[in-house]
Amino acid sequence: MTGPLKIVVTVKQVPDPNSSLTLEADNTLSREKEVVLDPGDECGVEEGLQLKEAHGGEVILVSMGPERAKDAIRKGLSMGADRGVLITDPQLAGADALLTARALAAAIKPEAPDLVICSTESYDGSTGMVPPMLAELLGVPQLTFAKKVEVDGSNVKVHRQTGDGYQVVEASTPALITVTAGIAEPRYASLKGIMAARSKEIKLIGLGDLGIERGEPAETIEGLADAATRKAGAVIEDDGTAVDRIIQVLAEAKVI
Amino acid sequence: MGKVWVYAELNQGALAPTSLELMALARELGDVEAVALGGGAKAAAATLGKHGAKVVHVNEDAAFDDFVAEPATAALASLYKEQAPDLILFSFTPDSREVAGRLAARLEVGLISNAGNVVATGGGFVAKVPYFGGAKLASMKANKKPAIILVRPKSFEPSEAGGTAEVKDFKASIDEGSKRAHIIERVVEASEKVKLEDAKVVISGGRGMGGPNNFPLLEELANALGGAVGASRAVVDAGWVPYSMQVGQTGKSVRPGVYIAVGISGAMQHTVGMKASKIIIAINKDAEAPIMKMADLGVVGDALKIVPALTAAVKAKKK
Ligand SMILES: Cc1cc2nc3c(=O)[nH]c(=O)nc-3n(C[C@H](O)[C@H](O)[C@H](O)COP(=O)(O)OP(=O)(O)OC[C@H]3O[C@@H](n4cnc5c(N)ncnc54)[C@H](O)[C@@H]3O)c2cc1C
Ligand SMILES: Nc1ncnc2c1ncn2[C@@H]1O[C@H](COP(=O)(O)O)[C@@H](O)[C@H]1O
Repeated sequence: MTGPLKIVVTVKQVPDPNSSLTLEADNTLSREKEVVLDPGDECGVEEGLQLKEAHGGEVILVSMGPERAKDAIRKGLSMGADRGVLITDPQLAGADALLTARALAAAIKPEAPDLVICSTESYDGSTGMVPPMLAELLGVPQLTFAKKVEVDGSNVKVHRQTGDGYQVVEASTPALITVTAGIAEPRYASLKGIMAARSKEIKLIGLGDLGIERGEPAETIEGLADAATRKAGAVIEDDGTAVDRIIQVLAEAKVI
Repeated sequence: MGKVWVYAELNQGALAPTSLELMALARELGDVEAVALGGGAKAAAATLGKHGAKVVHVNEDAAFDDFVAEPATAALASLYKEQAPDLILFSFTPDSREVAGRLAARLEVGLISNAGNVVATGGGFVAKVPYFGGAKLASMKANKKPAIILVRPKSFEPSEAGGTAEVKDFKASIDEGSKRAHIIERVVEASEKVKLEDAKVVISGGRGMGGPNNFPLLEELANALGGAVGASRAVVDAGWVPYSMQVGQTGKSVRPGVYIAVGISGAMQHTVGMKASKIIIAINKDAEAPIMKMADLGVVGDALKIVPALTAAVKAKKK
């Protein structure tokens, strides 16, 4: 009963979780390492594709990043998404959450999607602030922490994960959804998919095209210090006395 | 001294404990007012007063309980125009962060999230934020007004300051347009005997537990100690245990007297949620696991052997 859905999935390129990060002189994280499509966004792409398979329509990937973030988009295209948009501009280096959300919103608005799918938080230590900002700037409701999504006509319903269970939350399209890692197992790109992705369009746009100026940063890093770390205590092999040692510590802490 | 707002999060009428943690911080930063929205706001105002709020702005409209983020954003934005606080503090919890994100975009001011502390400096605010995998601590200055800062749960200990808040009922302009993401049902899955966040002892299991079938070993130990069982995200994502048990950056923050990490490697995203525990004990077969570098006692060995033996020893000791 649902007509075709126009779905935008936001995808971010992040340092490979399996490689270690380095810091640049200006305190931005080095992106020179291996980079991959954010594993959380991979789940977003999968969910977008499943919705398209159920209802028909189109899946558009939108990313902001350096030009090589095309690779992240290409990965999603090889999974089956239809086309990509990459916002890339030297002025966007080190962009904060608000600037990122402004750029994404400006690129997404003209597409007028029924659904925007983001991941609850990005893999490279970010904190899930882009999606609510993006929802606000697009003027749409947010259905967040989804571990299940159902679309029926213009009604979207999600199971929103909470600290003690879940809530059923519904809204009308257009809406923004954030998905949790558990929502759908991302598919592998087939050889056919990888071949097909080569000829799919990735449109590159700059800040000027979006009519955005960078403006003053909302926050600046004034200094970096080593984080206070806990001191390592005793490390013992379990030679048969380990349980006694644990009991001793529990007794000292007065929990037994 | 600046005017500092605390966004008091209410969950179906109950004041979130993290809001009182924010009050303890806010008192160091300026004149404290709180905003409480939804059912139970007036009752919460009394508690907020005891914790140092001079004024609590309340509105008990049901829309705040029934709709995600947008009614609260609208109310805060209009009250901000009238009251112009210098700083708005939010808890870095799922519900509060959604409101904070929308508000920061609406007011075009940005925000700082995941802060462990905030200090007032020369008319502005600087937040201390973990950076670079938690190895560094960044001092981030908020350049816009209001500064919006989200503070990690369990970063501060709530404490009463004595006092009574003036309760101000304010009219919020909640237009129909903000009643969109509608919560139509709430399902409770977790039925722990002891709440993870409040437990004196937390025993958390990770991938090293081998599989979901071994988690009852941790429950038996928790029962013997009167504690609660937590988990790493790896085992939550694998579907071994529900999300309600997850400890860490994207799960719960805990600060028990004793935290026992069993078969958990100690990734930064996990330790950020438990490193404020008084005593940390780690059981891991790898002596080089990062968790061993922060544990007060690290035991190198097989969790599946040590945990049952420990449970037996605790029981014997209690007799
Ligand atoms: C954005 C983001 C958010 C995240 N949020 C969280 C979060 O909230 N909470 C969280 O926990 N993680 C979080 N993570 C994931 C985190 O980075 C780690 O991947 C996760 O904590 C690892 O879980 P683990 O320690 O159980 O598994 P592993 O890292 O695989 O470690 C398993 C450990 O078990 C040990 N072991 C194996 N067998 C035995 C045995 N028989 N006896 C004893 N020890 C044994 C191994 O030596 C190893 O150290 C997040 C990641 C990202 C990117
Ligand atoms: N630069 C970006 N390009 C595309 N999507 C992004 C970008 N930054 C954040 N997002 C989206 O927002 C989600 C949460 O990111 P964050 O707020 O950075 O934790 C990501 O998983 C993406 O879906």
